[in-house]
Amino acid sequence: MKLRKVTAASAAVLALALTATACGSDDKDSDSADTGSGGSKKITIGIKFDQPGIGQKTPQGYEGFDVDVATYVAKQLGYSANQIQWKEAKSADRETMLQRGDVDFIAASYSINDERAAKVDFAGPYLLAHQDVLIRADDDSIKTPKDLNDKKLCSVTGSTSAQNVKDKLAPKAQLQEYPTYSACLTGVQSGQLDALTTDDSILAGYAAQANFKGKFKLGGFKMTNENYGIGVKKGSDLKAKIDTALEKMVADGAWEKAVTANFGPANYKNEPAPKIGNIVK
Amino acid sequence: MFDFLEGYDLWEAFWTTVQLTVLSAVGSLIWGTMLAAMRVGPVPLMRGFGTAYVNIVRNIPLTVIILFASLGLNQTLGISLGSDQVDTTNFRLAVLGLIVYTSAFVCEALRSGINTVPVGQAEAARAIGLNFTQVLTLIVLPQAFRSVVGPLANVLIALTKNTTVAAAIGVAEAALLMKEMIENEAQLIAISAVFAFGFVCLTLPTGLILGWVSKKVAVKR
Repeated sequence: MKLRKVTAASAAVLALALTATACGSDDKDSDSADTGSGGSKKITIGIKFDQPGIGQKTPQGYEGFDVDVATYVAKQLGYSANQIQWKEAKSADRETMLQRGDVDFIAASYSINDERAAKVDFAGPYLLAHQDVLIRADDDSIKTPKDLNDKKLCSVTGSTSAQNVKDKLAPKAQLQEYPTYSACLTGVQSGQLDALTTDDSILAGYAAQANFKGKFKLGGFKMTNENYGIGVKKGSDLKAKIDTALEKMVADGAWEKAVTANFGPANYKNEPAPKIGNIVK
Repeated sequence: MFDFLEGYDLWEAFWTTVQLTVLSAVGSLIWGTMLAAMRVGPVPLMRGFGTAYVNIVRNIPLTVIILFASLGLNQTLGISLGSDQVDTTNFRLAVLGLIVYTSAFVCEALRSGINTVPVGQAEAARAIGLNFTQVLTLIVLPQAFRSVVGPLANVLIALTKNTTVAAAIGVAEAALLMKEMIENEAQLIAISAVFAFGFVCLTLPTGLILGWVSKKVAVKR
């Protein structure tokens, strides 16, 4: 009998808790509907959560260049900032997320290439990045990409940049692969590794972080062309609208402002805003 | 249908997986046996060490151990295990991490085997004048091993799959190639299926053969 009482009590508690949370979320919805312009509609955007300068989740919210671009685009589509739901888009999941309709569009350092363009549509490009290296600020032995050949490079496991090093850029260089860029920086800082390689926009974001300031510098080699686009579901009518929004962003100076704000501190020289639909090979 | 496999060396990747598995298996069998000997031994200090080792190591996630081997031992302390090639160092660090982790499980499997050997066996051995090492190596362990082939096969299969964690420090094994392929080809499900099949091909025969062996060698009591 005692057991039954406990069960009943816990069921009651559970039911209470459920209704309480349900009330909570209702309140929140009606709140945003009051303040928002277009009712309670939401837009879901995929970004990176772990790339400083590009897309990073911080205790204060989300920040980075991709976040700024996505916020601007969403605004042009008729969604205010508090109607955006951010979702993490890991590199390997991006195509699947778009195809399933988990997100409306993805702005997550998403380079346009043929394999991806076959599965999803790309608006943009909105940024032209290049593969580059991040080296210790006091390291003068790496001046040209050729100097990388007898060095120890680091990149993220399986990434395009890691494969580029192995196949093309510096086949004789030794490559260390780690799951995150931060892990690579441990080695570069201690001198066990010589350089971290990936897109310069991402590197600039790391070098601009408060705890790394002054310790690293960019090599400045433009080794590849990475055209960052905004991914949408194949055949979606969002593509044309996003293209228009991006054009407007460049025209009214918001683009330039976002670039300076996010990459500025690292002394990173960005490329001029790319023309929509103009993919640099 | 399988045209996405073109240009990738699956054999080499799985060969690295096999090498990782075999080397770690041999290493952890040796170190695990020594740990088991410590845990049943007469010296309190060694018993304490064995117990502490097993309880600490088996409760730490393998990823943490392997990442510590690379980021802690190699990148921070500069230990490179006698090689100046990043690839070789990583491979050796991964084997080291896998041995450290797996030996805790080997030790416990073996200790359960030692418990199946009737006390009378050890008492009789001591009665004819054998010392502790002799009792263990001549009488107890041979019988213990025969009764734990099944559990050890489990550990070996788990180890085979655990080698994928080595991708975290950049050892070019199957899981790392899988990540590369998913990044390039955008075919998540097909690629995962191919690699899952590869691992089943490695572990299924292991399980079947060792299952047969375990029946064959078991001590009938």
